[in-house]
Amino acid sequence: MAIKTEPITINLGPQHPSTHGVFRMRVTFDGEVVVDLEPVFGYLHRGTEKLAEERSYVQVVTLTDRLDYESSMTNNLAYVRAVEKLAGITPPERGLYLRVTASELQRIASHLITIGFMLQELGVFATVLMYCFRERERVLDMFEMLCGARITLSYMRPGGVTQDAPREFWPALDDFLKQMPGYIDELEELISHNEVVLARMRNVGILPDHLAVDSSITGPVLRASGVQWDLRKAAPHEVYDRMEFDVPIGAKGDTFDRYLVRIQEMRQSLRILEQCRDQIPEGPIKTEEPYFIRPPAGEAYAFVESPKGELGFYLISDGGISPYRCKIRSPSFINLTALKEMTVGSKMADLIVIFGSLAVNMGEVDR
Amino acid sequence: MYGLGMVRSLAVTLKNLVLPGRMFTVQYPNRRINVFDLAKRSGSNVLAYSLKNPKPALKALIGLASVEDRLPQHPRFRGQEFTWYEERCTGCASCAKYCPLGIIRIVTSPSGAFMQEGEKYDIDVFDIDIGRCMFCGLCVEACPYDALHMGSGFEEGSYSRSQLVIDVERLKKAPKLPSVWFRPQMESAGYDPHAGVELDWRGAGRHEKPSVHDQEETWAKR
Repeated sequence: MAIKTEPITINLGPQHPSTHGVFRMRVTFDGEVVVDLEPVFGYLHRGTEKLAEERSYVQVVTLTDRLDYESSMTNNLAYVRAVEKLAGITPPERGLYLRVTASELQRIASHLITIGFMLQELGVFATVLMYCFRERERVLDMFEMLCGARITLSYMRPGGVTQDAPREFWPALDDFLKQMPGYIDELEELISHNEVVLARMRNVGILPDHLAVDSSITGPVLRASGVQWDLRKAAPHEVYDRMEFDVPIGAKGDTFDRYLVRIQEMRQSLRILEQCRDQIPEGPIKTEEPYFIRPPAGEAYAFVESPKGELGFYLISDGGISPYRCKIRSPSFINLTALKEMTVGSKMADLIVIFGSLAVNMGEVDR
Repeated sequence: MYGLGMVRSLAVTLKNLVLPGRMFTVQYPNRRINVFDLAKRSGSNVLAYSLKNPKPALKALIGLASVEDRLPQHPRFRGQEFTWYEERCTGCASCAKYCPLGIIRIVTSPSGAFMQEGEKYDIDVFDIDIGRCMFCGLCVEACPYDALHMGSGFEEGSYSRSQLVIDVERLKKAPKLPSVWFRPQMESAGYDPHAGVELDWRGAGRHEKPSVHDQEETWAKR
C-alpha cells in the first residue's frame, strides 16, 4: 500500500538563530527537500530613509552606521560620497587615503564575521568563529584609535574624515599587516581542506553566472559565480585607481567558492592596506564645511564596493539643510532575490548554509 | 570499574565545594590572579615577592587573590560620562541644536557674573538623556568653546531610565576625565583620561579665551 504524502509549508524564523536577525523564510518541503521558498522581511524596519529626511546632511552619517552594522565604515563612505557629489565637495588626499584604509580594514572585519558564521551554521564550527572574532578584535581596536568607537563609528564626514589617525595607529597597522597573513593561513588550514566542510559546502547552492547577473547580485557572491565585477576596479572611487590588487573570482558559484573568494579578498585587502600605508601623503584630512551643508537643488547617486556588494545612496536635494529623499540601494536586500533559485532542490540543512554564505545582514535589508 | 565514573564526577563537585579558590565568585572589575602574575605585576620574581610579602603570596597560592583589571581603552574612546566645564560654557546651545536625536535640553538665564571677562549666561538646566544617546559625538564636535567633551568611562548602568538623565548638578560634580576624541590639542599634549588624572578647564580648550578673530572669522562661518 502506497503511503499518501504531501508537501508541507513551514516558517523558518523570524526568530531563528541562523537567520542573522529577524528574517522569515516560508519554505515548502517535500520530505527533506526544498520545493519552494519565499523570503519575508520587514521585521527590522526602522525607517532609515524617512528619518534621513528630517536630519541635516551630517547627522545622517550616524544613521548609516546602523544599516549594516558589520561594516559601518563602508556605509559611511557611500553616504558621504553621495553628499560630496551633490554639494560638489572635493576631499583632500590624506582624507581619501584614510577612508580607503578604514574601509579595507572594515572589509577584513566583515569577511571574518561572514566566514565565522558560515561555518557555525554547519553546526560544529563555533571554534572557528571564535578564531575569526579574535582577529576582528584587532581591527576594532584600530577603529577605536581612529574614532573612539568600535561598531557605530561615524568616522567619515562630507569633505573628509573627522580626525587624523593618532600616532599609535600606524605601528598597530604595521603589526596587523605582519601578522594577519599568518592568521589567514591558519584559517585556511583549518577550513579549506576539512572533509566536513568540503562535503557540506561543495556543489551546494550553485548560482550560475547568468542568473547572478540577471538578479543584479553584486559583491563576493557575484564574483564567486565567476563574473569579474568589482566596483573598485570597474569604477574606481576614492584612490582605488592608484592601488594594485586582483579581483578573485570563483569557478562554479557554489557555497565553497563564496568562502574562498572572501578569503582571497582579505589577502587583497591587506595588499591595498600596505600600499595605503606607503603612499599616504601629509596634509589636511578634511575640507572646511559648514555644520549645516546646503547643497544646490539636484540629485546624486554614489556607490561603493562594500563587503556585501554594491552599496549606493541616491539623494535628492531641494536646497535645504536635509535631503528631500534618500534612497538606499543595499546589497544584502538585492542578494536575497536569488535565494529561491539557489535553494530549491537542496536539503533543509543546506538551506541554512546557503543563506549563511550570502552574508545577509538584516539591518541593511529592512533599513 | 563500575561506579568509578560517579566517584570521579563527585570529586569534581567536592573540589568546587572545598577549595577556597573555587568557593567565591569574583565580581566584574576584578579577576583572579595567581602568584606568578602577582609577582610579575610588582616587578620581582616569585621567590623574592613571597619572602617580602608572604601574606598576599599565600592568598594567591590558594586562589583567593584578585586584582582589578579592565581592558585598556584608547584615550579617544567615546564614553558615557560626559565631561562639561562650566567655566568654558557660554550656554550657546550649539550642542542641543546639533544633536541628531534632540536629547540635550538647555535653559539659560542672563547673569551678572563675569566668568572670564565676557558676557555669559547662567546655565539653569543642562539635561543629557543618555538613555537615548547614541554617543556619536556630534555635540562635542559642535561645541565652539571646548566646554563639552565625551567621557572616558562606560559604567553608568542603572535600574531606571530616569536615572540616565544627566542634569547640570551631576555634570558639575562628575570627575573631569574627558575623552580626547575631536580634541587634538589634548591629544598633542599627551593627555590620557584612563590614567586617572583630572583635567582642569584651562587644559581642556584650544585657548583660555577665544580670540576675536576666532569668534568672528573661524566660528561664525561654521
